[in-house]
Amino acid sequence: MTADGASVYALLAEYGALIDAAKFDEWLELFSAECRYQIAPRENFDRGLPAALVFCDSRAMLEDRIRALREANKYNIHTDRHLIGLPRILDDGFAVEAPFAVYQTDQEGETRLFATGLYRDRLEAIGRHLKIRDKLILLDTFAVPSLLATPL
Amino acid sequence: MITAAIWPALDYSRVPYRLYHDAEIYACEQDRIFRGPAWSFLGMDTEIPNPGDFRATWIGETPIIFNRDESRAVRAFVNRCAHRGALVRRELSGNAEQHICIYHQWCYGLDGSLMAIPFRRGIRGKGGLDASFEMGAHGLRQLKVGNINGALFGTLAEDPEPLEDYLGAPVLAQLRRLFDRPVRVLGYNRQRIRGNWKLYAENTRDNYHASLLHEFLVTFGLDRSTQVGGVKMDSRHRHNITWAEAESDTEEFARQAYAGARVRNDFLSLREPALVAFRAEREDKLNIAITSVFPSAVFVQISNSLAVRQIRPRGVDEVEVFQTMIGYEDDPPEMTLHRLRQANLVGPAGLVSMEDGEAIEIAHRASKPDLDRTTVIELGGGGVISDRDYRVTDVPLRGFWSYYAELLGIEPKGAVR
Repeated sequence: MTADGASVYALLAEYGALIDAAKFDEWLELFSAECRYQIAPRENFDRGLPAALVFCDSRAMLEDRIRALREANKYNIHTDRHLIGLPRILDDGFAVEAPFAVYQTDQEGETRLFATGLYRDRLEAIGRHLKIRDKLILLDTFAVPSLLATPL
Repeated sequence: MITAAIWPALDYSRVPYRLYHDAEIYACEQDRIFRGPAWSFLGMDTEIPNPGDFRATWIGETPIIFNRDESRAVRAFVNRCAHRGALVRRELSGNAEQHICIYHQWCYGLDGSLMAIPFRRGIRGKGGLDASFEMGAHGLRQLKVGNINGALFGTLAEDPEPLEDYLGAPVLAQLRRLFDRPVRVLGYNRQRIRGNWKLYAENTRDNYHASLLHEFLVTFGLDRSTQVGGVKMDSRHRHNITWAEAESDTEEFARQAYAGARVRNDFLSLREPALVAFRAEREDKLNIAITSVFPSAVFVQISNSLAVRQIRPRGVDEVEVFQTMIGYEDDPPEMTLHRLRQANLVGPAGLVSMEDGEAIEIAHRASKPDLDRTTVIELGGGGVISDRDYRVTDVPLRGFWSYYAELLGIEPKGAVR
């Protein structure tokens, strides 16, 4: 089976929309039962250094992140807006690269560019749905403005 | 002009907001602290293993490069061409035999000396520099460099206090502990906070805020103020070590203590407990050791996550926190993985550190309009500045300010040190 363009676009659109709506539990459902999620500064990736800003090498760790966000962490009060660019669909259709920008808007309506970078996703088909098995977020904006709490 | 009269209290228990917002004071700090007698962290020896390896960094707002020269010695310079004041080295890291300024191709050796100038004698005998021009007087400005078990420090002072004396016995012992084996750099992270750099320097010395602001620590049982711990300073009180011992309190005691604080005390567990599991690496029981070295370095152990932070002021209203994540060369792959997982705890997205960015920004923003009002630093009492064997204290902040006052030449008569 190959992944068709329309399902990849739909997955990416859903991905951004769920974060922007702060629906993090539904967002988690876009990932496979076994998955990885990493936000890697370009500075490290280009030098072959392994440290990441967020390093979840299991679904349990990703769920812990979301739980911590809800139960413990305090962060800048804001809303996110994901602009996800046209994806390149590679190989068998399950490797996807998409550029993204995330803008943050504070409570007084001031918007700033928070992050830009590249998604490198490995997808898999679970029944009729595409799920994210491995997401590597290469962060161009690795001088992180203020702090990084909500997922990119 | 800032004078000793700025301090409302001789024990530095009151700090006027002006000190975080005044551009003239900020310029004075660059001159008297960062380009003054202080030693600043440059980077790790292992980042430049071979002759010609270089890295760029900052001391305050002054651009610095450090490299390994042909004799394998570490040298550090102000990254600024003697000719027109341009950055000589634009890349952050690399390997080169010389440093050549792109503007007019002035060329410097790995020892910082000026080696060559294009068209020095002009063309067909016309133009160029006078024969009297002294190449030897126009090298890159050299820093004095010190090395504590691979941690490199530099200073622009002509006649600095020896680095070991500057750090003092407790800090030296901590650095030798943290760097007791050759380190491996795992990567870097950076955070731009819209606040004055001193708010960050204070934050790392403030033991009181840790388990209140960073609720993850308490909620998920990583660190609590009920643990055995405290603060330890050098004899001048300019540096500080915040420390705590693993498993030194009971759940029940912690639950009772936090019942009165407005943080949750129904402790939760993680689906992946490795995130907070502490693996003792030494004889001692320390699972938290945060060593703040005046003015701008912080050596951090939080569980098995190890890092060095550089506080890089970027104008009076902004600071970059540049963090180098480290492990040890002899870490087995499984231990490296453990450290990469625990790196989730620190940095701009850190589960126990992200809040600092927000706390500093709201303090900076709200203090700006009222420059003659002050902060309050009295946890653990006022008066004498001294070590404490408990954690609900911010005494080391007063130590920071006392040395700050000394360097800026605004130390009041009769002030504590």
